[in-house]
Amino acid sequence: MLTTKLRLSSALIKPLRLHPRWSSSAAEPPPAGGHLPGVATSNTLRTTRDVALRTPGITWADEDPSGPDRNIVGGRETRKMNTYQAVRDAMSIALMKDDTAVIFGEDVAFGGVFRCTMGLAEEFGKERVFNTPLTEQGIAGFGIGLAVMGHTAIAEIQFADYIYPAFDQIVNEAAKIRYRSGGQYDVGGLTIRTPTMSVGHGGLYHSQSPEGFFMGASGLKIVIPRSPIQAKGLLLASIRDPNPVIFMEPKILYRSAVEQVPVDDFALPLGKAETLIPGSDLTLLTWGTPVYHCETAMHMLSSPPPGINAHIPKSLRDAKIELIDLRTILPWDVETVVESVKRTGRLVVVHEAGLTAGVGAEISAEVQKRCFLKLNAPVKRVTGWDLPAALQYEKFNIPDAVRIVDAIVETLSY
Amino acid sequence: MASLARFRIPRRLPLLHGVRSIQTTADTTQLLQNAPSDDPSVPFTVKLHEDSFHTFNCDKPELEVQVTKEQLLTMYRQMQTMRRMEMAADALYKAKMIRGFCHLAIGQEAVSVGLEHGIRPDDRVITAYRCHPFAVMRGGTVTGVLGELLGRQNGMSHGKGGSMHIFTPSFFGGNGIVGAQVPVGAGVAFAQKYMGEKNATFALYGDGASNQGQVFEAFNMAKLWNLPAVFVCENNKYGMGTPAERSSSNTAYFTRGDKIPGLQVNGMDIIAALQAVQYARKWAVDDEKGPLLLEFVTYRYGGHSMSDPGTTYRTREEVQRMRSTRDPIRGLQRYIEEWGLATEQELKQLDKDAKAEIDAAVEEAKKSPEPLTKDLWSDIYIKGSEPPFMRGREREEASVFVLYCLDEVTN
Repeated sequence: MLTTKLRLSSALIKPLRLHPRWSSSAAEPPPAGGHLPGVATSNTLRTTRDVALRTPGITWADEDPSGPDRNIVGGRETRKMNTYQAVRDAMSIALMKDDTAVIFGEDVAFGGVFRCTMGLAEEFGKERVFNTPLTEQGIAGFGIGLAVMGHTAIAEIQFADYIYPAFDQIVNEAAKIRYRSGGQYDVGGLTIRTPTMSVGHGGLYHSQSPEGFFMGASGLKIVIPRSPIQAKGLLLASIRDPNPVIFMEPKILYRSAVEQVPVDDFALPLGKAETLIPGSDLTLLTWGTPVYHCETAMHMLSSPPPGINAHIPKSLRDAKIELIDLRTILPWDVETVVESVKRTGRLVVVHEAGLTAGVGAEISAEVQKRCFLKLNAPVKRVTGWDLPAALQYEKFNIPDAVRIVDAIVETLSY
Repeated sequence: MASLARFRIPRRLPLLHGVRSIQTTADTTQLLQNAPSDDPSVPFTVKLHEDSFHTFNCDKPELEVQVTKEQLLTMYRQMQTMRRMEMAADALYKAKMIRGFCHLAIGQEAVSVGLEHGIRPDDRVITAYRCHPFAVMRGGTVTGVLGELLGRQNGMSHGKGGSMHIFTPSFFGGNGIVGAQVPVGAGVAFAQKYMGEKNATFALYGDGASNQGQVFEAFNMAKLWNLPAVFVCENNKYGMGTPAERSSSNTAYFTRGDKIPGLQVNGMDIIAALQAVQYARKWAVDDEKGPLLLEFVTYRYGGHSMSDPGTTYRTREEVQRMRSTRDPIRGLQRYIEEWGLATEQELKQLDKDAKAEIDAAVEEAKKSPEPLTKDLWSDIYIKGSEPPFMRGREREEASVFVLYCLDEVTN
């Protein structure tokens, strides 16, 4: 079992290393050094110190958040990190500042299959960063027990696909304990990290996006970051949030997304979406890996590559698309989304999980109710099909830039 | 089918030759010296039946146990109170005042009361859904338990949990999911070890839950990390409606921990239960030997839950025989009378006191109002970190938690 897991994961890591400029456009590969942005060249990534330190919503742990917004960034340093380094950096800060914090999971002591805990066992000791048996349900229950004692438990489920044995503990125990004990007990110190979404070749049990399954579990929070800065700030906020949080890290972004990440202790707000690109004609809402597919699709719309040129009406090419990263899936930021859709009149939701009862279904229902008279087109969902993420079909299953641009065109010309 | 039925009825479980089964009588402990008559707190020695314990990779506990008159009388009163509380719950359920699920522990009082007398207040206990006596013994109140069952504000979880959801600071609750509390207990024990506390966690589960995968996962983690966790199997012979022999390939539950040693205990004799718990606590805390499995062989008189009459999978005669020959309360009553610790009259007075306490608690619990409507949405997220709206909170589904908080302040 273990060797299978390790072999699979090293197979996952290798191609990422070979193709750091993995493109999000599946149907029409861009020319070498092409004009379409992917993860490596995304404009949403903050690759300079100044831009990184001015990340919207950032709160520094050493500054009083109730004070006036000073926006002074002098004296703070950044370091170039990819997502797994940023995750590691966040956990290192959590362990350093909180003596009760421990990290445990399958293979975390030697760094984890995605290297997120690299060196932490050496740095903080094997009592605080330790391996568990292959026992996902046990890990979750154990973490709940630890957290119910007021400790900070940072559990890792090696792949989000393996979270299902722990589903009972998470939904029935972690989510409900505050309620069913009348507020006497809580597991606010529990954070479950798990790598999610597809890499293009993960197959049935290494490419799923299970965030939607937890959406009905009131009491939980679900967070999915899109970049290194987001990962660090949101993970630190999740670890310190007084509610149990499932923190899902898009695994293809571990290496491919690189930013200048502030080295200080900081947090980004949970429950808040971020508008990455403002617009007025259509709201494009997504989270995790598809953020970059959406960005690619927006470029395809404004300057279509030759292959799809004929399919993009000239009249639509100047459309202003508003790109929103939802970031927290539960509780999701209804206000930001609804405010945006009321302005644009159109919504396209993109996620990797299947269509039926996916997160997009909940968002569409809520938006059509709140924005019914403002909508100029039905809410469109671009998602994985209602299918297992089968290995050979993964590229067809993942919503790519072409499917997104097609949905944008359809919605704009409705 | 008729011939099959005839074949089934007289069938007896085969007894293994050469293995003496555990003694489950409640009254076979012998007095070794006369109890001191003047001071009720002076200990004296009694000797348990030699088949009170079976061991697996560990030494047998001493059969000679030190007890005091005070302790035995307290235990008697507590066991009576627990039984009467469960009987009151039964009556309230049948009067349709308690709704939903309700699992009673009548017949198993020696485990909950014996456990409490063998551990310290700052040890931790976690159990499954048959949790009412543990909640009271661990610092709760009878009113709090009955109030919770009735879904009233004075319930221990403010009426929001119900039967399986009762907690105290050292009791991590009844837990409704079969077996789910066992790895949680391992986590609690780890936290104790991590903090260097001189305490143990007692994680209880039943013979039915013992076959859940996560129970074994918890065993493994506890042994791997040498946690001060005592895994307590309350073997009441039936997992819901299935006899232990038909659900478990190995019904010697104390041997199922692999490298974890185990102790099988007569769970009907409270003095044996007390001695076993003291042994387990010393094992896990003082001797730092890591986890231990403790199996109490006990019996529940009632059905699995209120919707189970408890007579479809066992005979009425079997239940009656257990009641008349193995009852833990009658056993202790006999010790107290035979050893000259109290007269029948004095014990009757204790019974009356227990009954009066329960009757008063029932009335007090009934008087408490049901939870407020607004608390339907509290305790999901911590105050101040709630989502801006929650589905179903009101017809418009657009109510804002901030407004609700303001309401509360101005009210």
